[in-house]
Amino acid sequence: MTAAGDFPASQDAAPAAAPRRRLLEQDWRKLLRASAILAIAQVFIGLSGMPVSFDRRLLIDPILSLGYLSLLWLPLAVSYWVGREQVLEGMTAYARGGRDVLAGAITGAVGNAGLTLLVVGITHFDIRDPLVNWSPQLLGILEFEESVWLGALIWPAIGAGVGALGGGMHWASSRITRTTVIVLLSVFGTAVLESVITDLSQGFHIEAVSDWLYGPKRGLTYPAAIVVAAAAAAIAGGIAAYRAFLARTASTSGQLGIAASGETSANRVRWRRIPVRRLVGFALSAAAIVVLPLFLGRLTNELLANVGLFILLALGLNIIVGLAGILDLGYVAFFAVGGYSVAVLTSPGSPRFDLEIPWFGALFAAMLLAGLAGLLIGAPVIRMRGDYLAIVTLGFGEIIRVLLLSDWLSGTFNGAQGITNIPGVEVFGLATVRGFEPRSVLYLVLVFCAIAVYVSWRLENSRIGRAWMAIREDESVAEAMGVDTVSAKLMAFVTGAVLGSFSGAILSAKVGSVFPHSFAIIVSIVILVVVIFGGMGSIAGVIAGAAVLIGVLGGPNQPGLLQEFAEYKILIYGALLVWMMLQRSEGLIPSVRRARELHLDEMNQDAWLRAQVAADDAGGGGGGDRSEGEQP
Amino acid sequence: MQLTTKQRTKVDWFLTILRVIALVVICAGFAAFVAQMIDSQNPFARWANPDAINLTGEQFQGLVVTGLAQGAMYGLIALGYSMVYGVLGFINFAHGEVFMVGAMTGAVTSSKLAEAGYWESSFVLCLVLVVVLSMVVCTVTAVLMERVAYRPLRGKPRLIPLITSIGVSFFLQNSVLALLGSTVKSYPDLPDWLTDKRTFLEIQGSKILVVVVAALAMAGLWYLVEKTKTGKAMRAVAEDAEIASLMGIDVNRIIVKTFAVGGAMAGVAGILWGLLFRSVIHTTGFLPGIKAFSSAVVGGIGNLGGSMAGGLTIGVAESLGPLMILEPLGVSGPSQLRDAVAFAVLIIVLLVRPSGIFGERLPPEERT
Amino acid sequence: MPMLEITGLHVVFGGLHAINDLDFAVEKGEIVAVIGPNGAGKTTFFNAISGMVKPTEGQIAFEGRSLLGLDPNKITSRGIARTFQNVRLFANMTVLENVMVSQHCRTRQRILDALLQTRRFRTEEEQVRARGKEVLGFFGTRLTGYRFDQPASVLSYANRRRLEIARAMATSPKLILLDEPVAGMNPVESAELTQLIGKLRDEMGYTIVLIEHDMSVVRDISDRVVVLDHGEAIARGTYAEVSANPQVIEAYLGQSADGS
Repeated sequence: MTAAGDFPASQDAAPAAAPRRRLLEQDWRKLLRASAILAIAQVFIGLSGMPVSFDRRLLIDPILSLGYLSLLWLPLAVSYWVGREQVLEGMTAYARGGRDVLAGAITGAVGNAGLTLLVVGITHFDIRDPLVNWSPQLLGILEFEESVWLGALIWPAIGAGVGALGGGMHWASSRITRTTVIVLLSVFGTAVLESVITDLSQGFHIEAVSDWLYGPKRGLTYPAAIVVAAAAAAIAGGIAAYRAFLARTASTSGQLGIAASGETSANRVRWRRIPVRRLVGFALSAAAIVVLPLFLGRLTNELLANVGLFILLALGLNIIVGLAGILDLGYVAFFAVGGYSVAVLTSPGSPRFDLEIPWFGALFAAMLLAGLAGLLIGAPVIRMRGDYLAIVTLGFGEIIRVLLLSDWLSGTFNGAQGITNIPGVEVFGLATVRGFEPRSVLYLVLVFCAIAVYVSWRLENSRIGRAWMAIREDESVAEAMGVDTVSAKLMAFVTGAVLGSFSGAILSAKVGSVFPHSFAIIVSIVILVVVIFGGMGSIAGVIAGAAVLIGVLGGPNQPGLLQEFAEYKILIYGALLVWMMLQRSEGLIPSVRRARELHLDEMNQDAWLRAQVAADDAGGGGGGDRSEGEQP
Repeated sequence: MQLTTKQRTKVDWFLTILRVIALVVICAGFAAFVAQMIDSQNPFARWANPDAINLTGEQFQGLVVTGLAQGAMYGLIALGYSMVYGVLGFINFAHGEVFMVGAMTGAVTSSKLAEAGYWESSFVLCLVLVVVLSMVVCTVTAVLMERVAYRPLRGKPRLIPLITSIGVSFFLQNSVLALLGSTVKSYPDLPDWLTDKRTFLEIQGSKILVVVVAALAMAGLWYLVEKTKTGKAMRAVAEDAEIASLMGIDVNRIIVKTFAVGGAMAGVAGILWGLLFRSVIHTTGFLPGIKAFSSAVVGGIGNLGGSMAGGLTIGVAESLGPLMILEPLGVSGPSQLRDAVAFAVLIIVLLVRPSGIFGERLPPEERT
Repeated sequence: MPMLEITGLHVVFGGLHAINDLDFAVEKGEIVAVIGPNGAGKTTFFNAISGMVKPTEGQIAFEGRSLLGLDPNKITSRGIARTFQNVRLFANMTVLENVMVSQHCRTRQRILDALLQTRRFRTEEEQVRARGKEVLGFFGTRLTGYRFDQPASVLSYANRRRLEIARAMATSPKLILLDEPVAGMNPVESAELTQLIGKLRDEMGYTIVLIEHDMSVVRDISDRVVVLDHGEAIARGTYAEVSANPQVIEAYLGQSADGS
């Protein structure tokens, strides 16, 4: 898509110097709107208590805490957004310049005046009764522990500065912008990944690195931040230069190159032609995944094990939602079935049965039971309309949790006390996987993730996978083309359920206990967010989504890298889900098909363009069917 | 789309078996209940549940009234689901949170009023004020929600706005948590004449009040939809938005109004929750929201009278079901299973009548 | 015995009598055209045969066995395939995948085959692919080569119609129901497709029932014509017979003003 998208721009960019606008020639209404939105959002962030509770976490030792960052990023984003202009065919493309910087600065300053109001408000009124964060602590942070006057005046100033930066990004060349973003992200990333990097450097016995990078109170030290920024800038510059070099060599081969790239990108859809480069990359990353945990400490291994559990869950849900297009909101039910079957069968503390069978035996039972649950939940809902199905599956998920919690079945599931004392996993007498050895858990999780990836990948390119996709596209046509939609959808439920039960089974061995509250609806929703954030139907996307969301923010009951986010996790998940749907509904790493589905028009245009170029290239006749270009 | 043929595949047999099982359980439970009501030492009742006890008439009546009051509340929330579904064809999952926002508004304002002493001195006036305020806040929330999250998604595949609304739901819920904290917000004590068991049929006054307020709100809504120009436009948009816009109806405005009306009803329902349960936290909206949606489906989505009836059905079923069906069958701690009963009602109704008890009213392209 | 035999078919939607007491039969190897004014119930008739609509009354038998109460996919596996009036492809699947998925009911691999990469999986996958390319090859080079891996959504309108027919062919049917196959095509494309429909019967041995508004197509290829109006068959016979029938002319053009 990008190849074809860049193509017309490179031709149109040539014309004579674009007209300039005067500094005050602004779209004032848009500025006002953006400022108002910014002001409300900043006040919301302030009153949500984020600045206060994130203030503990230092990012760059003396100057920047996560708390202040929570108040800085929005002015940047909004002022950048204000400067965005869609230049349509036939419209004048104006030159960017000081005007955009001014627009950003005004937006930032006026928007941040919301915080000024907050400072003044907190000093003069007390409405702490409903608004719990209307507090002296918030005031302290907003006025930098100095005076009200400073607090009231500094925020518009900060807003103007940050806003000017945001607006200025339109002025700067895309290379500078990109470098800036990369630098900011890498400094932020290094600061966020503190625990992992510390852990790693201990593993490799280079503690000196982490000692130098991070100060005693956590957070990057001053010089370290500068060095990281410089390194990132250098790398970004290098990449840009390399890209420019590639582009130059490509342009010499002319338009044919573009036409050809169009075809190869279409070929990439095919699974059978895996380029050697990708195979080597795959082998290397697989080796890295196997070796790396040996060098990681407990904390990182634990974190990765949690990510892995959610990758498993998300891959399972991906089969149901992403491939077959069935919105199952009760997916946690299968997670629960996996967890509880293993708990009941293996734990000596299980109230009804005293079986204590080994974990692998229990896993087999869990798979069977989960498959059965998939059938039982799937069969009644399979003919329902998509949205009814969503609510009914949600209902099933809730029913299962209520039953696990109830006195009625407490003879088997022990009600709210849950089942404890679940033994670890004996791997054929070779090793034992236990919760207090996160590394062993991580390896177990990795094995099952590999299985899940393999299953998803193979099924996607098989008879049943094609049937699922056809059902997602148009169910009644799929049926008319001979696809047994009922059994195909049931198969999706069963496959997804079995993958979900793996995760439950591992969880109960890892934690050593299961409780009904671990299987609340929110788990379903988080898994759904992971799948959607990563990209529905895309295996790589789902893995990336789980790594980013669960790794950084944490799962519903698992802490992530930013442990300070704990209370705000679900808030951010919700906002992210909405934002994702509005801006990028195909997800982080979209599956080729999904992207097509959601950007049909653009794809059609691109394809049309490619066909045109190809036809023109071929001398207006020769190969191919020209009818594509002629269609209205 | 077209009607599908009635086939008899394995899944159909399975569904038939499920229907029969549901029926048998309900009948057996009810029979055991009747048996134990006649005589708790009755052999059949003993067989079904060795610890069978008699339910007194008073308890029974209490359960029915509680069920009706809660059902009326579900019904009011369900109206919001139903109207939005009728007009836009998607489930606004976040509607339950709008209800919670209403209940929160009520808790905050009424406790402020109580602090100032007005709550006791002029209760009715305060109640009206609280209801109106809650309606306003909920309307604003619902309209903002439509503007920010749903309008840009018009015309996208149906699951996209549904997924978005799940996000909105969790965002709203946790915003309230972040802004107002995790403590339970309680409503001030109601005046004595509402909490006493009244001589009239021994029913708690607050429950009568709930039913009366719900009935008033419902009547207002009925008038709006059936008798006003706006209502006519709403019905037209629900029937066919495109044609309606060709007839000079501003569809966007009607959709905003639909959200506003749904929000206002949720606001009223929020106050009813406060009167019934007297305490609210940020998660309050979730389960009633889903149950209200279930009510809308049970009554036949898009059908406003049906939504109210569905609400009453779910309310009464979850209040009576555990004691009339589960308890006689020897299920211990049956009232813990209330939520499960509510969802079971949804599933059973959809198994038996996929278009709800009173039939759905949907725009043509939604009729599958 | 006719290949497809329909007797006393009624389809009622609410108060609307979409099909009213229709008798219809197709012999093996025939090309039968169903014509009629808009709203005459032609597409409903196809929907009833392919199982997407439940007949209110009547009997539909294919090769002597009743089709009533069967799922559409079962009917397809019995050997009836169809296309849609408003082209309904799997738009985001590739051209080749479109014809591969419609061989679903002719293939037997199971999930375990795909997971274990059994011989059955590999040979069947190859066959499905080869068969898919074969049916696409029926339309010359229009749907082959680089088109295999293009999403169906990028195809031109005429090519989408062709792909729909290819998709129907891939189900290995005996009878194909074509719903307005040349609608939206220009005269050259339309003539070419008409010829191909003839080839479908002559070379591939399919029996064909088609709905068509383009009378030149109907004249050129149909052995028999059935005219529907208000869900009833008002005329049957060869094209020449039907086109001379005053009732048919009336149905199409309406009664003259003084007659009504």
